[in-house]
Amino acid sequence: MTHREPSITDEELHAYIDGMLPADRLGAVEAYVAAHPEVASRVAAWRAQAAMIRERWGKVAEEKIPERLLPDRIAMRAKGFGRKIAAAATIAFVLGTASGWFGRDYMFGGRDGEIARALADAAIEAHRIYVVEVRHPIEVRADEAHLVPWLSRRVGQPLKAPDLEPEGLKLLGGRLLSGPHGIATAFFMYEGGAGERVTLTTARTLREGETAFQWRAAGDIGAVAWIEGGLAFVVAGPAERARLDRVARRVFDAYEVASSEQK
Amino acid sequence: MAVLSYVLEPAMSAVRRGLEPLIPALRRFARALARDAETADDLVQDTLVRALRAEHLFHGGDLRTWLFTILLNLDRNRRRGLARRPVLAVIEEAEPPGEPGSDGSSRDISRGLALLPAEQREVLLLVTLEGMSYREAAETQGVPIGTVMSRLSRARATLRAHLEDERPPLRRVQ
Repeated sequence: MTHREPSITDEELHAYIDGMLPADRLGAVEAYVAAHPEVASRVAAWRAQAAMIRERWGKVAEEKIPERLLPDRIAMRAKGFGRKIAAAATIAFVLGTASGWFGRDYMFGGRDGEIARALADAAIEAHRIYVVEVRHPIEVRADEAHLVPWLSRRVGQPLKAPDLEPEGLKLLGGRLLSGPHGIATAFFMYEGGAGERVTLTTARTLREGETAFQWRAAGDIGAVAWIEGGLAFVVAGPAERARLDRVARRVFDAYEVASSEQK
Repeated sequence: MAVLSYVLEPAMSAVRRGLEPLIPALRRFARALARDAETADDLVQDTLVRALRAEHLFHGGDLRTWLFTILLNLDRNRRRGLARRPVLAVIEEAEPPGEPGSDGSSRDISRGLALLPAEQREVLLLVTLEGMSYREAAETQGVPIGTVMSRLSRARATLRAHLEDERPPLRRVQ
């Protein structure tokens, strides 16, 4: 609409108000803006937006940082702590009990995210134990029809062994991991073309909470954990984050489809 | 406790050293993204935990853009969850009453931002609130600079239309 000198681009107008315009372009852009009222009002509106955004949220950075975000606290959570007690914690964190998450309030500050992380630790342990098994990595092979019904029945909720072929992973089979308190955990094992193994651990939570995907890495093994629809999930495998994220999404989606079909 | 963390972590990592000064900015950005203060700090906490756990995956580069990338990913996961949970989405709409800055114009900017597609909102906040260069914003979002520019441009156009639309109809006199 407005005639514009070919040398002034939209990018430069944005850069102008974002303070990113090279000094030698400043004069030309300012002159151009001054000469075009429509451009001037657009640029003024952009500036006003930025000012409103900074006014609305800028002060947050001056607030006192809450205790739980201090690096020392975070480091304690991030390192070791969960992992050291992972084996024993299987009961407490992997599996819900009738009274809710045993221990969640005093051990990990009562956050679903912590539960998912602790579950990931436990799943990594299980992964380490069974993935190296050459002869008996699984109890029931994928081609045995009762695999999924059996684990579903033991876990107490309908389960799936999602198709991960698009990620180059073939279902080998599964096994039941048993935790104290009588609550069962399903463990599915997949194998990729390079012989690498990826496992899916699922346990029932009696909480209705849900969490974002949580990433956990312990040495060369990584895990993505989340809680959704009354189940806690962990995908564990070689610590290759992008791939495990994709696998996790497939699992997530497989359960999503299943639950929307029920509606 | 100090002893224990020393045992677990003999040398304080570069990531951990570099992380602390960035916390205020992460909180600010998360607050603008999530709006609810508690949710925002949850995001920051998850970001920090994840960063420390995955620090072996950080091979130099810009720590700030790396942290913001983690935060954006976590926020996307969070919103995925919200999308299926309308009840929670409604809670998110609620602006705490009497919060500083929640006067009329700020509510407008808040509501205006909420109307934007997430990627556009993210870019606008990275650039205006966090003062990131376009290159840094592109790195944070994992997209080319051209995409950042077009997102920014669309965000600003939509926001402008929204804010001008909300002025009293008096201005519409022909």
